[in-house]
Amino acid sequence: MASTAVDTHAHHHPGLHHQFEDIEQQNEAYLVGMWSFMVNEIMFFGGVFLVYCLYRWRYQDDFYAIHHELNWKMGAFNTTVLLFSSFSMVMAVHFATLKDRMKTLMNLALTCACAFTFLIVKYFEYGAKFEHKLFPGPNFRPELEHLNGANPNVAQLFMSLYFGITGLHALHIIIGILIIGILMGFWYKKNPLVTEDFLPTEMVGLYWHFVDLVWIFLFPLFYLIPR
Amino acid sequence: MSKTLIQPREIPEQEELNYLNNGTSLKSWLLTGDHKRIAVLYLIGISFFFFIGSIAAGLIRLQLMRPTGVLLENDTYNKVFTAHGIVMIFFFLVPSIPAVFGNFFIPLMIGARDLAFPRLNLLSWYVYMLGGVMFLAAMLGGGVDTGWTFYVPLSSMYSNTNVSLAILAAFMAGMSSILTGVNFIATIHKMRAPGMTWGRLPLFVWAHYATSIIMVLGTPVVAITLVLVLFERTFKIGIFSPELGGDPVLFQHMFWFYSHPAVYIMVLPGMGVQSELIANFCRKKVFGYHFIAISSLAIAALGFLVWGHHMYVSSQSMYQSTVFSLLSFLVAIPSAIKIFNWSATIYKGDVRLQTPMYYALAFMGLFTIGGLTGLYLASIATDVHLTATYFVVAHFHYVMVGGALTAYLGAIHYWWPKMFGRLYSDSLGKVSALLVFVGFNLTFMPQFIVGWLGMPRRYSVYYLAPEFQAYHIMSTLGSTVLGIGLFMPLCYLTYSLFKGPRASANPWGAHGLEWLTSSPPVTENFKQIPIVTDEVYDFDYERDHREHAEEADSEEVE
Repeated sequence: MASTAVDTHAHHHPGLHHQFEDIEQQNEAYLVGMWSFMVNEIMFFGGVFLVYCLYRWRYQDDFYAIHHELNWKMGAFNTTVLLFSSFSMVMAVHFATLKDRMKTLMNLALTCACAFTFLIVKYFEYGAKFEHKLFPGPNFRPELEHLNGANPNVAQLFMSLYFGITGLHALHIIIGILIIGILMGFWYKKNPLVTEDFLPTEMVGLYWHFVDLVWIFLFPLFYLIPR
Repeated sequence: MSKTLIQPREIPEQEELNYLNNGTSLKSWLLTGDHKRIAVLYLIGISFFFFIGSIAAGLIRLQLMRPTGVLLENDTYNKVFTAHGIVMIFFFLVPSIPAVFGNFFIPLMIGARDLAFPRLNLLSWYVYMLGGVMFLAAMLGGGVDTGWTFYVPLSSMYSNTNVSLAILAAFMAGMSSILTGVNFIATIHKMRAPGMTWGRLPLFVWAHYATSIIMVLGTPVVAITLVLVLFERTFKIGIFSPELGGDPVLFQHMFWFYSHPAVYIMVLPGMGVQSELIANFCRKKVFGYHFIAISSLAIAALGFLVWGHHMYVSSQSMYQSTVFSLLSFLVAIPSAIKIFNWSATIYKGDVRLQTPMYYALAFMGLFTIGGLTGLYLASIATDVHLTATYFVVAHFHYVMVGGALTAYLGAIHYWWPKMFGRLYSDSLGKVSALLVFVGFNLTFMPQFIVGWLGMPRRYSVYYLAPEFQAYHIMSTLGSTVLGIGLFMPLCYLTYSLFKGPRASANPWGAHGLEWLTSSPPVTENFKQIPIVTDEVYDFDYERDHREHAEEADSEEVE
């Protein structure tokens, strides 16, 4: 093990942390870390998808009946909103690589606005379910017309899955809004951490696409069940 | 390896700042990003929880001295063994070697200045401690009686104890474990020193790479499972409980999908330690280096396909059980590869019987017994007889205490001089290692027999079979010896911190980047990042090189 010196910290980058030799190494490490985290998120959501698959397979008819209670128009609208937000996120990352501060900020703001729109629509959707006493638990007492002929126990199971999974997803949206907000703050203050290096923006983008992608699976699984 | 770095310098240098005395305020410890300091924080936390878990274990052993029980009510007994299980698994075994020694030595071994994400590392410690405090609160506020497995519907519908808080605590421990895993993966991929190729990684690092993969793939599944149990308990939504339309076997599938691989989270780092100990105390390159490295990954991969062997007596289909049984047998192959390769390394090695090597030898024997008795539980016919008996208890204690804990103790004794720059008494170390070995076997060998005879686990009394008492008394005696053996290192290691002789950079004459830097290491690990030019565990190279250097020196003198 010869120990020739490696010239450490040859070119100082403002965002470079002490444990890395150069910014390329840092960026690569960050990306590996981010993707590992996403794998972890996929396994996390994978667990609930497994539960969904099992019960859908077992109670297909009841799931079909009760899914009419979900408003597919609102779901489709939200899907569009999230898809558009992913587009604006891509544009934000694109302009971040070009170091175009204003356009990055604008696109991030657009993404945030979409996220808020999504949550507002979700609020009305959840509200309707509470109104029809479709929230699972001791207060689950929907009128017959809202059951659409489904077995009440299975209907409750379906609503449990619906609230559980979309709730976890909404939590991810809220966390996303917070992260994008912080990122916007950095851009606004011209923090060299983000203006000199596009990677932080890229990583927030990866997270946001993941959240979007989860919804792309959730929408057909809950709102578009075939007979 | 250049000569100046191998041999302790002859001219005593003035006292330099190392990671321990570089900043002494409490804040400099609690807000540190230094992986070595975080490892020390973990060491303190983990030792504390190990102590709590040991007290619970002592209470269990005391209770079983008499067929009618000694001290505890049935309910209390349930809470005590649950506390023992949860504390030892989630707060000791899972983080033990990775969070202390992985944290401390992976950057040193691969020639990096720190882990890739120091702040994430610190966060993982806080999350771990928060989880630990939450579990302590759950314990002191009335306890939990579900067993560490949180089986539904007991945990979600019927238990009136602090299950929710305990579940949150386990969730926190899981999050901390995920953060550690992500950090290790990024570090091992991207932070290796120039010349430190994958083929030159110490086997300790390989083992942690495999462990991290399990942490990232498995832990989120148990996290979501526990969240669902929590939903069910809080909102009475029916995911797992049959009363609410759910399926309890689904819970078992999801739980064991993590919790069987979690066994490998606990034991793979121990195997990594074992490889280091065997190589360095036999002064020999590990026989079959590549096979050991790849077998770690094979264990990680196969570990995900065997969870069904916990469920032979559930409603799982017979054909499913058959497949799981076959796959479970397959895990024995990579484990055996390791054991045989270690044995081959010892053969004709220059064996030095110092304290860490005592633990390494103990590991080989005990883990082999643990692994071989696992085959009884992997084959369906014998498992149906043995399910939920003391045979199972003895089996997994042989793997987890005989394997993981022994390796943990071996690691402490091996790396203590590097971590704290002090030497402990080798003879006391050997005595304690022997006590641990004897005490451990005396505790758990009788449990194999009594389990085979039919003693069920988790029973607080056994007055219907008073003939089991002799075995239980032997077991309790053994646990006392084990307790003394475990208490001794606490004393002499703490003593060595203050009064022990100072350690040189490489007191064992071991091979590896971590022994190149000073003991204790400086905050930035290496003055200059080393360039690796020789193979891993290359003791021949080192010896030749040193002789060559000495010859060159003597020529110069002439």
